Formats: sequence, structure tokens, C-alpha cells
Amino acid sequence: MMTELRRIIKSGFLNFKRSSLISWAAILIVTITLSVITTIVLLQAVLHFSLSQIQDKVDVTIYFNTGASEDKILALKSSIQKLPEVASVAYTSADEALKIFRDRHSDDYPTIQALDEINENPLGAYLNIKAKEVSQYESIANFLKSDNALVAGSASIIDKVNYHQNKVVIDRLDTIIKGAQKLGFLITLILIIISVIITFNTIRLTIFIAKEEIGVMRLVGANKMRVRGPFMVEGVIYGCISTLITLFLFWPITYWLGKNMTDFLGFNMYEYFISNFFEIFGIILISGIVLGTLSSFLAIRKYLNK
Amino acid sequence: MIYFNNVSKIYNKDSVALDDVTLTVSAGEFVSIVGHSGAGKTTLIKMILADDKPSDGTVFFESVNIHKINSNELTKLRRKIGAVFQDFKLLSNKTASENIAFAMEVAGKTDEEIASDVPHVLELVNLSHRAHHFPNEMSGGEKQRLAIARAIINQPELIIADEPTGNLDPVNAFEVLQILKKINDLGTTVILTTHNRGVVESAGKRVITLEKGKIIRDDKDGKYII
Repeated sequence: MMTELRRIIKSGFLNFKRSSLISWAAILIVTITLSVITTIVLLQAVLHFSLSQIQDKVDVTIYFNTGASEDKILALKSSIQKLPEVASVAYTSADEALKIFRDRHSDDYPTIQALDEINENPLGAYLNIKAKEVSQYESIANFLKSDNALVAGSASIIDKVNYHQNKVVIDRLDTIIKGAQKLGFLITLILIIISVIITFNTIRLTIFIAKEEIGVMRLVGANKMRVRGPFMVEGVIYGCISTLITLFLFWPITYWLGKNMTDFLGFNMYEYFISNFFEIFGIILISGIVLGTLSSFLAIRKYLNK
Repeated sequence: MIYFNNVSKIYNKDSVALDDVTLTVSAGEFVSIVGHSGAGKTTLIKMILADDKPSDGTVFFESVNIHKINSNELTKLRRKIGAVFQDFKLLSNKTASENIAFAMEVAGKTDEEIASDVPHVLELVNLSHRAHHFPNEMSGGEKQRLAIARAIINQPELIIADEPTGNLDPVNAFEVLQILKKINDLGTTVILTTHNRGVVESAGKRVITLEKGKIIRDDKDGKYII
């Protein structure tokens, strides 16, 4: 068994070496496929990052009446935090709200002067709520509106909830984000299917060239595995070499993108590539090996039945 | 050893390759099958190698119905048969010694056996100097001698030679025939197809003549008569 395996592996390497032109043509195609997969992985990262940036900009704010007691507000805060849809709740006290307002309008002299003349804090405290998903804001807002036991007694201190003012924008963003995710998935799927078909056909072509040899091996008395094995080993070699070439190509590409396109993309591609190097390496290597081996396995089946 | 019982191979109604052929080849025989191109010689060989299925009838190798066995059993059966073809059917990306070693590997021989037997058989067919050459670096006669070396390396019970001299000049053809006769003298059954009159007559053994898929003559010490 071990001897058989050793002979198959040796034969695979020898075939790879001896039919070098065909081997490198196959490697070129597998490399292109793996490059498509790598590009998709990186684009998904950009898409994911951009969408989470947008999502992060969406929130719901509960404004409280001036003079609402901090205990009640904090009690409400802890109730809201317990909701499964809620990602985070930030409390801003009335004093902090005033400070932020003053900072923001520091150049606006009449406003500051008017504020000084009032001589008391006209602003109330507020809670800033971020949901895990954009689509969950509505249920959070509904929860706040309801006569729920958790929020009982809070109605008197809530001035307004800005969700209903922002509803249209939030809904539209939700649609865009979901659409972008669906489109991204669809494009990914189509590109991967096309690449896999091209790779499969290229490997099928390399095996078609060897179909006479396959017939001879069978006539000499080789069992199916002895004939198929070396081709599958070649498939593994294609996958491994293509992985190395792809990673070698993407190193400078992501470096350039990181250096020149960080502002445009919103995040540093090179840093992403480096920090996720082993994950990307794993994805490409497994894709390459599975593609090469499986294509060989399937392509040779047709010629083995004699 | 080989039994054909009413075997027919019909590709379509205008193309009948074998028509109700019944024949027996005993162990140790040297049988030449002759006939014009298209007489059905190669189809007959394909039936024995299970490279093609009969439309009707049965083919037995000893007690085994060749066309009723599964892929694994067929692989084992083929190891009992050494085949030589007009177009050599060598593995082009393997050297002469690797071609022979491959046949030994698939028969489950050890590395030691391969290392000792391959040089011997190459010497037997006078190809020691070509051991590390690829088939495309060899002449027609050398390729055919290599094919014979590969066919006999596992000491098969039967050697099938399908037009082995078809691509060779008379000198090489004679040399190939002498090797086949020597193998037969050592006890191996040989089935040879040819349309080379000289080869058949110098063999001086049993001759089966095929015409349009039918056996029209079967002579013990036959001559090439068509």
C-alpha cells in the first residue's frame, strides 16, 4: 500500500516535470482562478467594512426632558441594554450635552451669547442606541413607545425619540445594505462558478491529451487508482504552486493599494492582507488543491472505464 | 485457453466486424490470424483484451467469461496477458526502462525485483543501450522490441501481438517474429495477427484466415492463402 502510494506520488511529480508546457498552462489557469477568489475575499472585506461604516452611522437617540432624574434614565438604559437587538447604549448627561453643544457652536457667537443669557441648561440628557442590524431599529423604537413594564414610568421623562424622523433614511439604508450584500454574494458566486468551469476544462484538456496513455496503462493491467493517482498528484501540485504564485502576486498589489488607495477604500488593504494572511493562504491553498484534485478526478473518469 | 463461442460484433448492419466466430486456442499454441484489412483481426484481439464487447456470443479465458467480470477482475486478467500492438502503445513520457517497470509495478512487483529484471529483459531484446531513452527517441524496430519486452516481463500466460510487424522493415519484422517464437518455445501461448505473408510462412504454425468477419480457414501448419 505504502509502496503503491510512493510510486503514485513519484509518478505524479515525474509527469509534472516531463510535460512542463501543459503543466504550466494548467498552473496559469489555476492561478487566475485563485486570483479571482483572492480578489473576491478582499472585495468582500471592503464591502463588509464600508457597510459596517454606514451601519455605524445609523442610530436612535432618546431625548429626555430637562430635569429628568438621572436614576430613571439609567434604569431605562439598563432595560434597553438587555434587549437582544441592541448592540450598545451610550448615555450623555445634560451637562455633557451642553458642553458638546458649546464646543460645536464655539464659532457661533450669537448662539453662545443666547445660551449664556438663559443662565440655565436648556438641554436634556439623551441615550444613544445602536442596534446590531439596521432593520432592528423599528422594533427598538416600538418597544420604547409601548407601555412595556420595562419602560413604565419612563414616558413622562422622554421628550422625543428621533427614530420616526429618520425612518425613511434608515429604511432606505437597510434596503441598500441588504441589496449590496445580495449583489456581492451573487457576483461572487458567478465569478467562482466561471473560474471553476474554466479550470475544470483546462485540466480536462490536459487529461484529454493523455487519454491514449490512460488506455495503455489500463491495457497493461494498471488498476484505476494507479492510473488516476498520478493525475491527482499533479492536480495537488498545480494547486500548491498556483497558491504560492497568487500570494506572491497579491503581496505587491495589496501593498500598492494600502499605500495609495487607503483613503478611497476606507481601510488599509495591505494591513488587512497581512493580518489575515494565514486565513487567505488557507482559503486559497484549499481551493487550489480541491480544484486541481477534483478536476483531475472527474476529468479522468471518462477514460477509465475501459 | 481461449474459447470463442459464436461471437459476433456488429457495429451497424453495414459494418459486421465478426460474424458468428467459434474458435479455440490451446495453451502453448502459436496461432497466426491472417486476413485483409477490415477482415476482423483487430476486433478479435479486442475481444480477448475486453477492449470491446461482443454483440453476441461469449469469450472465455480459461474458465472466465471475459465480458462478465468487473473492473478489478478485468485488471487482474489483463496482467496475465502481454499485448503488443502495431502502433506500439508505449507510454511516451516514460523511458524504456520505466515503461517496463510500470508493467511490473502494476503487477505488484517489489522495487528489488524491478531493479533486477528490467535490465535483463532489455538485454534480451537487445535494448540495454536504450534504457534511458524515451520512445520518441527510438526507431520503429526498437519501439516494437520494447513493447515485446514490456509484454513478457511479467511472464504472462498469453501474448497477443496485433500486427506487430506492420510498421517494420523486413529485417526488424523477422527479428520480432524470432523473439515471439522464442517466447512460444518457452511455453507461452502466442496469438499473432498479421497480413505479412513472409511472417506467417516463416512461423510455420497454425494459421486462421478471416474474411469479412468469418473464419474461412483454420490450418494446423498453415500457409498464407487468400
